[in-house]
Amino acid sequence: MVEIKLEHISKKYVGAKGYSVTDFNLKIKDKEFIVFVGPSGCGKSTTLRMIAGLEGITQGGLYIDEKKVNDEAPKDRDIAMVFQNYALYPHMTVFDNMAFGLKLRKYSEVEIEKRVQNAAQILGLADFLKRKPAALSGGQRQRVALGRAIVRDAPIFLMDEPLSNLDAKLRVSMRAEIAKLHRSLKTTTIYVTHDQTEAMTMADRIVVMRDGEIQQVGTPREVYEKPVNVFVADFIGAPATNFFDVTLQDGYVKTEARTFNLAVPEGINKVLKQAGYEGKKLILGVRPEHIHTERAFIETFPSATVKAKVVVSELLGSESILYTKVGDSEFVSKVDARDYLDPDQIVELGFDLNRSHFFDPETKESIL
Amino acid sequence: MDTGMQDISKISKVLIGVVLTILGFLMILPFLWMFLSSFKTSTEISLSQSFWPQHWTIDNYKNLFTNGSFDIYVKNTLIITAASFIGLFLNAMAGYGFAKFDFKGRKFLFMAVLATMMIPGQVTMIPVYLILNQMQLTNTLLGIILPGLVGAFGIFLFRQFMSNIPDSIVEAARLDGAGEWYIFFHLILPISKPVLAVQGILTFIGGWNAFLWPLIIANDQKYYTLSVGLQLLQGQHTSDYGLQMAGSSFMVIPIIIIFIIFQKYILQGFNIQMDK
Repeated sequence: MVEIKLEHISKKYVGAKGYSVTDFNLKIKDKEFIVFVGPSGCGKSTTLRMIAGLEGITQGGLYIDEKKVNDEAPKDRDIAMVFQNYALYPHMTVFDNMAFGLKLRKYSEVEIEKRVQNAAQILGLADFLKRKPAALSGGQRQRVALGRAIVRDAPIFLMDEPLSNLDAKLRVSMRAEIAKLHRSLKTTTIYVTHDQTEAMTMADRIVVMRDGEIQQVGTPREVYEKPVNVFVADFIGAPATNFFDVTLQDGYVKTEARTFNLAVPEGINKVLKQAGYEGKKLILGVRPEHIHTERAFIETFPSATVKAKVVVSELLGSESILYTKVGDSEFVSKVDARDYLDPDQIVELGFDLNRSHFFDPETKESIL
Repeated sequence: MDTGMQDISKISKVLIGVVLTILGFLMILPFLWMFLSSFKTSTEISLSQSFWPQHWTIDNYKNLFTNGSFDIYVKNTLIITAASFIGLFLNAMAGYGFAKFDFKGRKFLFMAVLATMMIPGQVTMIPVYLILNQMQLTNTLLGIILPGLVGAFGIFLFRQFMSNIPDSIVEAARLDGAGEWYIFFHLILPISKPVLAVQGILTFIGGWNAFLWPLIIANDQKYYTLSVGLQLLQGQHTSDYGLQMAGSSFMVIPIIIIFIIFQKYILQGFNIQMDK
């Protein structure tokens, strides 16, 4: 049973002008898989390093099981960490790399042997125990780094972009392996990444960060379906959400140049009107996967369609990505592979406004 | 055309090999001559031109220790060399500090260390002598050892190498429960083996060859080092060449042996790849 609590945590580096992390509040539950995600420089790694004790905490309190650990040395926090560059000890064999922490903690030879063999079994490293890291592939090194964390049997795992040095294919398979590992070990895990796909696929809860501040905390579904602001809507999901500057009028949203004129579903229109946006400007966010080319959809919502010119079209196999243009606004849609179109063709696209997002142009916050 | 190119490269390879062999032979020749001459008697060296000794003798070597005081010189040299390895260790610690710890004034101090490299040793010789004199360390082994114990170049090399060790390795060790000394001895030093080897060889050669400073500091024969002692063999009016050759051979052979053993590390130099 372990619970991590971050209360009003801030970090300012010596000599830096501003804060790298500002007022970070989060309660991490036992056995939870938390992912910190955000663009580089958003403070996610800094926060992780503060939890590990590798960086000092400028303000606020860090609690592990109700105990304040701000000033405890990293080794006393009983945390295992996996680094982006694996941080393997280059002069030691795989076995010794994994045994290092155990030897320091004075485990018996028998126990060390048992734990390392067990971890090696789980990670498929049994044949490589006598090798040195230089003789391993990137994926194997990553496994050793994981193994080093596993053998410690620490109640908390921290992972700092552990997959970003791997090639695309390996990343996908390691992603699944880490998720599987978490399911079997049930260790409370905090995972840092800039890759929203990793966040979406692995997390119990996602913490979206930007400029040192938490933007949103929620399950993958929550941050995807109910982004609290333009940034989260933009960052989560690939390809990124399309944004349009529109005005709400008589149940329709239109762009300035009148290239768009989409009927807003009644329920949403009512909420927007109640919030006082009738006749006012809004930001409309529509995900590429919520723009459709299917006849059935277009016939059901004939007043939410746009005729657009294809600029570029990418065929991904099961689907295609259309980069289209209407007037001045360009946007992206993800449609069925059958609807792969050549440039300059005109395509009719239906917008699923029931699943779209509306933001205030001033605050960039979600209205709904 | 391909085969033509290959022929040319083959020929040039052979050519380079021949040239290098000749040059190498030229380089080694004086050493061989010295070594062989050390087994000749003085008269033979003066009178005969032959390369090989006509009458092999090891009297010259015996003389070094019986008539000369080479046993004392060897002892002193070994002490100085051993002490300079303590200096090597201190250099490594300083380099590690500069490379991996963020402390106030780090940049300034490091610049100050580097700045000392720009002052020629001859300039500081007299001031250092005067300081040692005040400390009453002239004519002592400690006086010979202390000034050269740590050096900017060594610190600089260690720092450069250790900067390339990823921070995360140190951090991972801290999380694994290792203390700072443990990290230094069990991770940093073993990882720094290549630079340690290079520095170790340089240190050994430096200590073994120490000449000018011991000559200045030591007035007493009992503090002389090998190279200072070797100098003594050259009399003002007469020279016992056999003895000199034996002394020189005795000095140079350990260095050659060490070089042969560690040449792999010397060649590896500092280009070791840390984190692929």
